Amino acid sequence: MFSDADALEITGTSADVPPPVGALLSIRGNGKSIEPVIEKTEEHTQDWAQVIARIRDKRDRAAFQRLFSHFAPRVKAFLMKSGTDASLAEECAQEVMATLWQKAHMFDPSRASAATWIFTIARNRRIDAIRKQRRPEPEDLPWGPEQEPDQADALALQQESEKLGAAIAQLPEKQKDLIEKAYFGDLTHSEIAEETGLPLGTIKSRIRLALDRLRHQMK
Amino acid sequence: MTDTIKHHLSDKLLMAYSAGTLPEAFSLAVAAHISMCDECRARLASFDAVGGALMEECSDADLSETAFEDTLALIDAVDMTAPATAAPAIGTLPRPVQDYIGGDLDAVKWKSVGMGVKQAILPTSREATARLLYIPAGAAVPDHGHRGTELTLVLQGAFADEVDRFGPGDIEIADEDLDHTPVAEVGADCICLAVTDAPLRFRGFIPRIAQPFLRI
Repeated sequence: MFSDADALEITGTSADVPPPVGALLSIRGNGKSIEPVIEKTEEHTQDWAQVIARIRDKRDRAAFQRLFSHFAPRVKAFLMKSGTDASLAEECAQEVMATLWQKAHMFDPSRASAATWIFTIARNRRIDAIRKQRRPEPEDLPWGPEQEPDQADALALQQESEKLGAAIAQLPEKQKDLIEKAYFGDLTHSEIAEETGLPLGTIKSRIRLALDRLRHQMK
Repeated sequence: MTDTIKHHLSDKLLMAYSAGTLPEAFSLAVAAHISMCDECRARLASFDAVGGALMEECSDADLSETAFEDTLALIDAVDMTAPATAAPAIGTLPRPVQDYIGGDLDAVKWKSVGMGVKQAILPTSREATARLLYIPAGAAVPDHGHRGTELTLVLQGAFADEVDRFGPGDIEIADEDLDHTPVAEVGADCICLAVTDAPLRFRGFIPRIAQPFLRI
């Protein structure tokens, strides 16, 4: 399905965009031998934003495969932790990844990391397919290619997302357990604590800044 | 609008909406408030980032061997024309509310509930009820308490109760501890989106009889 030319094109882009780790491993599996650079390292989420841009602009299936091999197993694992059986979780994970391809133009890296955006797609799929409910969504703020998100905003948001991930990983076990329970659907809203204790102040301020800029452009 | 809002969503509502565990009617109120409030839009995005971080941390589940090819087939099978984005609503009501009505205010099918107050129930799942309330300027909604949680989002006009004044975009979160009598401000009729996860308990005799008909 992937010619060597496709794989080469990816390696070509890696000069300016180091491909996310893990993605490389699957490309290697396509016949073209590429040395895996690092087995496991801190994920650079900024790179995923550029991979999604390639999917959006070039409909690049090799870029999509890199994203797929990283995120599809996580989406499936997330849905299974939310109480979905393996076969339905697999089906939904595939649908989530297909949605990602179709909605790549809606991804705004100044407001969400790739992981966050994919989480929201997976969550919506869970509500739709598993809870069989409608999910009212807020009005979106319109933006298009003529309003590319500010690069500095996008970079700052990716850094904040990484910091947040690290902070969550370091939470006391009991507190982390409660937050996981909330997100895996084991708590009703009235069971969620009034004070979450999550350090969300700085990431929220970043996103607010990006929203203000977007509002300003719309005027 | 977004700078004049004083009453916002709570962290627990935002977290539950982000997790996707709110009853549909509550999700509607949250989505409608966020449509009007950039502060809560940013707060929600930060809660979504928590979900993203938790998903990132999930250990990989094994996919079927053909998962990637199956996904490509799924993509090829679907029309690839870009879906329309949810553009901002034109009119008074925020877009998510218009989606439930099938139009703006002029499309609402009001039913009188007495004393000039009108309501329209919106079709959501039965765990919780959503309705639009139309309160004429200066009129009151009967004194009531709650067994569960009641969210009241002002879409037009303003009301005041024992707690504070609530203007456009403001949301009041009332739990069972609160007995209140919302009164619409003089000057403009007040339109609210009210959602409850349990029937209201009215204090007076007549509203108690009316309650089965109100379905609130």
